[in-house]
Amino acid sequence: MLQLECPWCGPRDEEEFTYGGEAHITRPPEPDAVSDAAWGDYLFFHTNTRGLQSEQWCHSHGCRRWFNVARDTVTYRIHRVYRMGEPRPGFDA
Amino acid sequence: MNRYSILSLVRNALSHHENWQQAWRSPEPKPRYDAIVVGGGGHGLATAYYLAKNHGLTNVAVLEKGWLGGGNTGRNTTIVRSNYLWDEAAWLYDKSLRLWEGLTRDINYNVMFSQRGVFNLAHTLQDVRDTWRRVNANRLNGIDAEFVTPEQIKAMVPAINTSPDARYPILGASLQRRAGVARHDGVAWGLARAADARGVDIIQNCEVTGIRREDGRVTGVETSRGFIAAPKVGVVVAGHASVLADMAGFRLPVTSHPLQALVSEPVKPVLDSVIMSNQVHGYVSQSDKGELVIGAGIDAYQGYGQRGSFPVVEHTLAAIKELFPIFSRMRMLRQWGGIVDVTPDACPILGKTPVDGLYFNCGWGTGGFKATPGSGWAFAHTIAHDAPHELNAPFSLDRFVTGHLIDEHGAAGVAH
Amino acid sequence: MSGYRLASGGRIDRDRRLEFTFNGRPMAGYAGDTLASALIANGVDIVARSFKYRRPRGIVAAGAEEPNAILQLGCGARTRPVQRATQTELHYGLSARTVNGWPSAETDLTAVLDRASRLLPAGFYYKTFKWPASGWKHYEHVIRAGAGLGYAPDDADADRYDRINAHCDVLVVGAGPAGLSAALAAGYSGARVILADEGSEFGGSLLSAAEHIDGAPSTHWIARVRAELAAMPEVTLLPRATVFGYYDHNFLTLVERLTDHLPATDAIGPRERLWRLRAKQVVIATGAIERPLVFGNNDRPGVMLASAVSSYVNRYGVAPGRRAVVFANNDNGYRSALDMQRAGIDVAGVVDVRTDPSGAWHEAARAAGLRVFAGHVVPDARGRRRLASVRTARLSADAGRIEDEGPRLDCDLLAVSGGWSPVVHLQSQSGARPRFDTDRACFVPGDPVQAERSAGAARGTWDTAGCLLEGNEAGVAAASACGFEAPATVLPSAAAADEQPLLPCWLVPGFKPVSRGPKQFVDYQNDTTAADLHLAIRENYTAIEHVKRYTALGFGTDQGKLGNINGMGIVAEKLGRPLAEVGTTTFRPAYTPVTFGAIAGRDVGALLDATRHTPMHAWHVARGAVFENVGQWKRARYYPRPGETMQQAVDRECLATHHAVGVLDYSTLGKIDIHGPDAVTLLERVYTNNWRKLAVGRCRYGLMLDEDGMVMDDGVTARLAEHHYLMTTTTGGAANVMARLERWLQTEWTDLEVHLTSVTDHWATVSVAGPYSRDLVGELCADVDLSAEAMPFMSIRECTAVGVAARVARVSFTGELSFEISVPAAHGQRLWEAVMAAGERYGATPYGTEAMHVLRAEKGFVIVGQDTDGSVTPDDLGMAGLVSTKKDFIGRRSLARPHLQRGDRRQLVGLLTDEPAAVLPEGAQLVDVPDGPLPLPMVGWVTSSYASARVGRSIALALVDGGRDRIGQRVFAPLADGRVLAARITEPVFLDAPGRRPHDRTDRNAERPDRRPERPPAGAVDA
Repeated sequence: MLQLECPWCGPRDEEEFTYGGEAHITRPPEPDAVSDAAWGDYLFFHTNTRGLQSEQWCHSHGCRRWFNVARDTVTYRIHRVYRMGEPRPGFDA
Repeated sequence: MNRYSILSLVRNALSHHENWQQAWRSPEPKPRYDAIVVGGGGHGLATAYYLAKNHGLTNVAVLEKGWLGGGNTGRNTTIVRSNYLWDEAAWLYDKSLRLWEGLTRDINYNVMFSQRGVFNLAHTLQDVRDTWRRVNANRLNGIDAEFVTPEQIKAMVPAINTSPDARYPILGASLQRRAGVARHDGVAWGLARAADARGVDIIQNCEVTGIRREDGRVTGVETSRGFIAAPKVGVVVAGHASVLADMAGFRLPVTSHPLQALVSEPVKPVLDSVIMSNQVHGYVSQSDKGELVIGAGIDAYQGYGQRGSFPVVEHTLAAIKELFPIFSRMRMLRQWGGIVDVTPDACPILGKTPVDGLYFNCGWGTGGFKATPGSGWAFAHTIAHDAPHELNAPFSLDRFVTGHLIDEHGAAGVAH
Repeated sequence: MSGYRLASGGRIDRDRRLEFTFNGRPMAGYAGDTLASALIANGVDIVARSFKYRRPRGIVAAGAEEPNAILQLGCGARTRPVQRATQTELHYGLSARTVNGWPSAETDLTAVLDRASRLLPAGFYYKTFKWPASGWKHYEHVIRAGAGLGYAPDDADADRYDRINAHCDVLVVGAGPAGLSAALAAGYSGARVILADEGSEFGGSLLSAAEHIDGAPSTHWIARVRAELAAMPEVTLLPRATVFGYYDHNFLTLVERLTDHLPATDAIGPRERLWRLRAKQVVIATGAIERPLVFGNNDRPGVMLASAVSSYVNRYGVAPGRRAVVFANNDNGYRSALDMQRAGIDVAGVVDVRTDPSGAWHEAARAAGLRVFAGHVVPDARGRRRLASVRTARLSADAGRIEDEGPRLDCDLLAVSGGWSPVVHLQSQSGARPRFDTDRACFVPGDPVQAERSAGAARGTWDTAGCLLEGNEAGVAAASACGFEAPATVLPSAAAADEQPLLPCWLVPGFKPVSRGPKQFVDYQNDTTAADLHLAIRENYTAIEHVKRYTALGFGTDQGKLGNINGMGIVAEKLGRPLAEVGTTTFRPAYTPVTFGAIAGRDVGALLDATRHTPMHAWHVARGAVFENVGQWKRARYYPRPGETMQQAVDRECLATHHAVGVLDYSTLGKIDIHGPDAVTLLERVYTNNWRKLAVGRCRYGLMLDEDGMVMDDGVTARLAEHHYLMTTTTGGAANVMARLERWLQTEWTDLEVHLTSVTDHWATVSVAGPYSRDLVGELCADVDLSAEAMPFMSIRECTAVGVAARVARVSFTGELSFEISVPAAHGQRLWEAVMAAGERYGATPYGTEAMHVLRAEKGFVIVGQDTDGSVTPDDLGMAGLVSTKKDFIGRRSLARPHLQRGDRRQLVGLLTDEPAAVLPEGAQLVDVPDGPLPLPMVGWVTSSYASARVGRSIALALVDGGRDRIGQRVFAPLADGRVLAARITEPVFLDAPGRRPHDRTDRNAERPDRRPERPPAGAVDA
């Protein structure tokens, strides 16, 4: 069971969290301006990274806040936890 | 290929089994093939087998980065059924089921396909409605399906808990009698042997590291054993599909997740069919060795680690204990995980890609094993004709753009 | 009958005699015995029949690696299947029985299979049983009957299981010399320490060895350390506790056995406790397992691991035989021989594979007068039901073959040692890759990937002094990594390394080639032989995983603890590759098997899932309501009177609502309180329709889509104040809607000033529907004007009911004039009772979800989740009018995709059966042509269907391909029972069809015309 560091509550067991998938997928600000293919990309075609990936998690059984986690999808090691709105960290950091 | 039979067994017994042939060769890769199948799991091997058998394409290599059947083929709970809701899915899976029914004889290798029946339990009134909907659709599609009452279930599965006082009492189930289980390793090995006998080169320990393209066409693959040229490349690598797609410069609508399973210590026969429950969330059958083979849903997070989190195991065993209170004192012998590639509509992607000559077969999620021969059959057709068969045409990448999804988890019974 | 109880010695309590039975035979042992040691003491030779060949098998080991002594314990609901006798503490009244063998394991007639064994090589089942095509199920039936090492209980488990979450600084796994030493060092530092050991007693290998620490028997040191640890407040000691899983982020699972070692009368409280541990640092001190040697007929009862022999002699005071031979490739053979000799067992000789043995142990054996056959092996064992003799032979100089035969030695016990394998299981589970150490010929822990370190025999250190030192170092380092400083200590003195290196011997050369000689077993439980491994390689199953799977090596209940390394060695030799290259396999949890019940814990039965009750639940129960599960909620489905069928009850409830007043518990509906200046913007973005013009005090129906354009949820949202809204959702969708709204706000629309609160459980809601609802509600909410003029349809007011602040809303899901009264949940039951009391004169009747479903279907109102399935758009439901074209909202762009624009999509329609009394089954599939070859093209399906009392016939809702253009056409429903029901496609409204555009389904929640009769109907009063 993973242990995640909620930015507001501290380290907690995975069971308290909800997984939200890849982070930094922006909703097209003008949906009508994008093609069906581009809209399909936004909806379904994500990177599914093997390795370090930025993800959204929510402390749903705690403070109910969403935040970002940079996690390795192979080792499951957590590299960084950062708040919404903060930029994706340089992964070499 | 020496045929396997009781006679060959006796004959070889007389020579102390010293003269058995290799089940398949281990040739060095040739510089060039007519087609390459990337991935030596059940689907990849079936693809190669049907390329050779149905389409006369024998200058074919199967490239496997590890050992044959070492991915989800060797890690799944071996359920085979075809009682899917939507026509497109039902037809594809039933094609597969029909192939299963003749596979042992076809490839002269006992894959131990055991048609012991699969029950999909209904625990709520909406489950019952969905179950009837699926049963009716299956019957009109020519797929055997019955709705069975709790009393009928109890008569066929005496160990099950049909108490109306259960937290989520069993209100009925669909039963597909032609469904069942098979021997997962045997499927990979038998297909490898049959493909090899038709001239296919099966190359283990050969990892694909790049997909070479020219002018939007595939020309071959870079591997840990050098470049291998081919005008057609079919990729069937389950959880690693996105990694291979990335090599070819496009993305897939799949996410890779851990899927866990476990077995108990072996006991005398106590469960003769396969029981699946979405609401209570677990499924169980008993192997010929006597082990209870148990699985449940995927871990929520993405992962390529072939391992998941313990709470999933806890919930699964709570579900199994709820369905079968007498299993409580049985013990978990071993648990493990695989990597499954999940699509938004719980249906596979099987067809052409933005790169000419490059074909992808992925997105089977938690239920790929049952499709092994059908998937290979349809994929072989697609590779051979550079066009999908009508059975797999609906399972195109394009559907995620047009919105023509085949939403199997919307309605019912999709998990596994 | 070879084993017997020694006259003295051992850690058993000879004053506490324990009676037990084995296969019905009364026997006795002593407190401190395991079942295995007691069976040996009682002269039991055969404890099982092997899986494939039905060969007689005896006890081989003394611990977790035992493959043969697998027994069924007890009976009834508390029976324990597949239990290792070597890890079963004997208790009074224990009953044990063997499982396989007919008529018994002792005398097994099916052993004839051994004669046919040449037909049963590895993988034979892949090559045969193919005829006839349908034959497998018959073969399978026979194979299944023969398999299995126990019987599942017949009854539900009578025991309870506990679960505990725990954190610690240092977890020490294993309480042998290294583990105790580590725990002590970490304990001194003040760190929070948990020390767990699978045994009943701490001490590990020391308990089985005749060793001294600090000049006294090692048990004195164990007792002293244990007492010291017990006195430390931050140290938790867990005997009978197996750490069986090492997961990510240093999460480990441990099962503590609490009652299995007690007689039934003393077994009080939970049977087992699952510890879910998060450890900052882990010290793995799990010891090592001895390997047997692989030679002909090495499975004969009487062949036993040398360490097990020592264990039985030293710890349990039993002799596993009367005349012994030792066969080893390392010094442990001498240790065992000396242990036996000291106990008075006749030792006929020590067969040492090494040509020129030397060193302290060898010399001690010589000095004790033991006969040593250096450079010799035992290629074959004789005797069937019990070992009778062994053949010996001299090895060639390269140790590759036999040169000439040596003496045959009569014996009934052969102690074998092929070296040690560190228990690297947990380390491997943690993600590390074990490394093969060629010098020590074993896998040792690889580089750690989590916060752990191994110590002692678990990392290939065999001598006690080394274990104590490494344990101490590991304990200090682990504590230090957690920020605790361990004081310097003086290590106790103990025997230091004086062993000579072993000579690896994976497969003992025989008199004949492997394929022709007697069986050389590698995995006892699965009858896997060396010849099987060779056959697998011959057939090109050369990957180690292929070999294992093809031959079943390592797939027994010991998980290959005994045989895997030998098997890999044999494979490596045959392939001519170094063992390190052949590789080990990844170890998986569980280290030893764990009870399902312990893993499931308390989350079963009523606690499988949370159950949610409304504040009025007790009233419904008292009235005999039948409930249905909706999400986690228990909702009253209908309220049958004595003798009523469900249909009769539902008809009555529907008609009462139609003619008088129906009362529904509506508390389960999801409710989200939305506050803030941007509240309306949020609504605009998540609902398909417009919200900017909704006035305070008014309500509106809204439809919510997934981003992929499919209907996800619906409900009525009320504007309570300028910046304050109350959203309702479906009962089952409440949590999902709340989570999604929060997610959009926190991740995408962070600029919006709006706050959400889930208030589903804060309010109890009673829906009062029917022509007298205004009269009835007026009596309860006297401070609000409910008149049609003052309170139009779709409006909401604050008021007082049952003396508390309340809200009343005029909305309708039944088509009848309806008011919903909401009060704080604590007053819900009072409100309900007040409504029922006041309603008595109006004929108020409680109705459940079933009647509600009928009433809404008559009006064509959909239920999301029943009439939709995740593939339905607003237009499919005829609700295109609810989809704004003037703004963006979640899912809108998806609606423009080609497939969602097709004209032949499945659309919501009504169905009227040709035969009015015939009710279409829900889930029925619809076809245009009811017969013909399969597959029959399906054109739709029935989503909702009822016998409607208000309409006076059956009605149904369905999704039909291009349905709106097919009004008036007929479709057919072929049913599983062979009937075919014909029906006509209609508008999906069966009552008071609105005079609007036929496809406009936006009139959801429309009321029927006010048609209050002068007087309530007689006899409609609910009992």
